[in-house]
Amino acid sequence: MSLILILEQVLNGLQFGVMLFLMAAGLTLVFGVMGLINLAHGALYMVGAFAAAAVAGATGSFLLALVASLAAAAAAGALVEVTVIRRLYDRDHLDQVLATFALILIFSEGTRWVFGSFPLFLDVPEYLSGPVTLPGGIKYPLYRLTIIAIGLVVGAGLFWLIARTRIGIQIRAGEADREMIAALGVDISKLYTLVFALGAALAGLAGALVGAIQSVQVGMGEPVLILAFVVIVIGGIGSIKGALVGALLVGLTDTLGGVFLPLLFALMMEPATATSLGASLASMLIYILMALVLLVRPSGLFGGSA
Amino acid sequence: MTRERLINAALLASLLGVPLLAWQMDEPFVITLATKVAILALAGVGLNIALGLGGLVSLGHAAFFGIGGYAMGILAAHAQNYEPLFTWPFLFEGSNQMPLIWLVAVVASALAALVIGALSLRTSGVYFIMITLAFGQMLYYFAISWSAYGGEDGLSIWVRNEMPGLNTLDPIQFFAIAFAVLAMALWFSARLARSPFGLALSASRQTAERVETVGLTPFKLRLVAFVISGAITGLAGALFADLNRFVSPTMLSWHTSGEIMIFVILGGVGRLYAPLLGAAVYILLEHLLGGISEYWQIFLGLLLLIMVLFAKGGLIGLIAGREVAHD
Amino acid sequence: MTDMPREPVLRTESISKSFGALKASNNVSLTLYPGEIHALIGPNGAGKSTLIKQISGGLTPDAGRIEVLGQDVTALDTVARARLGLGRTFQISSLAMEFTVLQNAVLGALGARGNAFSFFRKVMKDAELLARAEEALKRVGLWQDAGKRTADLSHGQRRQLEVAVALTLKPRLFLMDEPMAGLGASGSKALTGFLDELRQEAPILLVEHDMDAVFALADRISVLVYGEVIATGTADEIRQDPQVRQAYLGDEEEA
Repeated sequence: MSLILILEQVLNGLQFGVMLFLMAAGLTLVFGVMGLINLAHGALYMVGAFAAAAVAGATGSFLLALVASLAAAAAAGALVEVTVIRRLYDRDHLDQVLATFALILIFSEGTRWVFGSFPLFLDVPEYLSGPVTLPGGIKYPLYRLTIIAIGLVVGAGLFWLIARTRIGIQIRAGEADREMIAALGVDISKLYTLVFALGAALAGLAGALVGAIQSVQVGMGEPVLILAFVVIVIGGIGSIKGALVGALLVGLTDTLGGVFLPLLFALMMEPATATSLGASLASMLIYILMALVLLVRPSGLFGGSA
Repeated sequence: MTRERLINAALLASLLGVPLLAWQMDEPFVITLATKVAILALAGVGLNIALGLGGLVSLGHAAFFGIGGYAMGILAAHAQNYEPLFTWPFLFEGSNQMPLIWLVAVVASALAALVIGALSLRTSGVYFIMITLAFGQMLYYFAISWSAYGGEDGLSIWVRNEMPGLNTLDPIQFFAIAFAVLAMALWFSARLARSPFGLALSASRQTAERVETVGLTPFKLRLVAFVISGAITGLAGALFADLNRFVSPTMLSWHTSGEIMIFVILGGVGRLYAPLLGAAVYILLEHLLGGISEYWQIFLGLLLLIMVLFAKGGLIGLIAGREVAHD
Repeated sequence: MTDMPREPVLRTESISKSFGALKASNNVSLTLYPGEIHALIGPNGAGKSTLIKQISGGLTPDAGRIEVLGQDVTALDTVARARLGLGRTFQISSLAMEFTVLQNAVLGALGARGNAFSFFRKVMKDAELLARAEEALKRVGLWQDAGKRTADLSHGQRRQLEVAVALTLKPRLFLMDEPMAGLGASGSKALTGFLDELRQEAPILLVEHDMDAVFALADRISVLVYGEVIATGTADEIRQDPQVRQAYLGDEEEA
């Protein structure tokens, strides 16, 4: 087990974490500002990936594909917010869960209807494919490195948006007190639509970026959605900082655990058992992490009181 | 309230009458559909104890459903392959006897519910939803990576398990088993709702602070409710696996959790017979709409959306009026 | 106070609680003796709710200790304190709204029994629980409404039910958070009369805004301002206390 392998896996974990952050950021914003639990967030991830694959197929441009993923997911998000989601803000969590679960069914089957059941493929463009050599002699795929960079830039942009801009001030005020921002004369329903569309756009972007590594298919958003929930539970609901820390923790734990647990077990038992036991345990690792965080801090690392 | 009772009696009578009629007319497929309704309703009866009585929005009940399924799969697989499950402290070769399988399914899912509940009930609201969902997903991935029992492909059983005195391969007899278990579970949940425990649990849902001030602990009440709820859903899982003679990670997937919840909601939260009506409507829709379009779940989604947004009391609420029964 | 027995039923010993820079309770020492009504008054934001929560067990003080019937309960939770005999009514009614009046009272009786883990017996056919609930409802004059849904009760009736649920516990002391709030003049008068008798059974720590009721009922009054008890005494002593007049009449001088 070389140092290079470890570093490579750390980068893989970072890439995974950054992508989870794009998902979790939207979820946690929507929960923090509007108090809504949105199971359909994964559907928006899927919409972004499909839009990117379709546009890339038609134009051949990856950049246009990314723009399309942002636009399509934001538009789908805004549409859903205006027609369904805004009726749910004052409802209890059970209603929110059911209505957004219904949205998943509609989105998933609708996409299957339009695009069929076969996965689409979105190719990494020429100029981003192939490995680059990093200091220390590590060869690492340029595209994955680009995902990390895009994720970090978007993350920084989000922190800036929330800390420094007018909209950010309104968002923070909305988290603190809905009535107050209404009293300040902010158009709440417009703000909510905007926040929801923003979260959707981030999910769509994540879907498109990942779609180029994996395949683009119906249901692709759901495993990611649940991981994003784990991220939020660990980080604390409503906290962007918590989402970032949680996402990186989950990304690194999952990636490193998947690689190194079987190796670690191989030191103690016969290879076949070690591989299967290691893989089983690795698949549970992030949930065990979540359970541990819960035992110590029921409201997450950066959450207020539960 | 009498109206709701009337609806309940009609529901139970239909569930019994339709397959009996199908039996007379030699339509085994209809009997199998009715069996499926009975078993899925049983899973819903389990969830309804946590959700309807206790107000615990668990999005992870597939975990218990799947554990029940795997209890059946594992015991029966060892029995059919003549590979002992364990040899110490005594030789155990697995089993193809339903009563023993059920016992294992109930105990295993109750234990899982105890652990998951003890962790998740430390939180509430949206955290609870996400955490139950996450633990369910954990077991899903565990089952996928557990190659000893089929991994992603699941486990097939050649012959349906046995019940002393009955021929379980005969559809109507297997239906009778499922129906009897469902009827007992409905009776039990009705008793539970009217018991001291049911009163305290329902109060914990409405006003936990009050329950504490009268000297009772909501956490304990909820945990016990969660365990009972998980055990019943686990029993349904064992029966469901026996119906299909197959168990796979799909039983553990969060879509299954969502579907069990849909049964309860379509029927009407807090109504004892809601899971029965919900499961029946769900299976009917699947069967009827599924015949028209491969994409029938779009219509299920739309129906569910309309129910949530505009008809809060569920179907039983629509028919019986909004008043929830109470003595 | 001279004719009172020495052993207090409730004693807080210099308890303090801060939220960030805000000192919600500052060195609060209070006692409640058998047979008395001790009223706690103070302007809004004086820290009455925080203090009540610490006594009932919802909040743990940062410093100091709380004794109930001579036992240190500082580390005990709400449930344990309730079982020791602390009966509480809430400022914002926290009854189970879907239940009938009788069911709410039975819930209290069930709590008094201390064990809710009975799964088959019909709770509304349990003679012992029903008798206890009936007695409490009769005492507050709600028995004729026992079958009503709690959500359909008037505001005043909910207050009565609050007290009835506390009564089913046969508590050793009461903690009542604004029981008169929102009651009309006649309701307020009726409840005043009831509390007047109740004190013989178990003493009452009464948080109340209705000053007529407080001065009519209280054996002693403590005044809480900015988390601090600035005075404790009989109604007359409090009326004449310069610090209290200052706090209530709003002089700007430092106290």
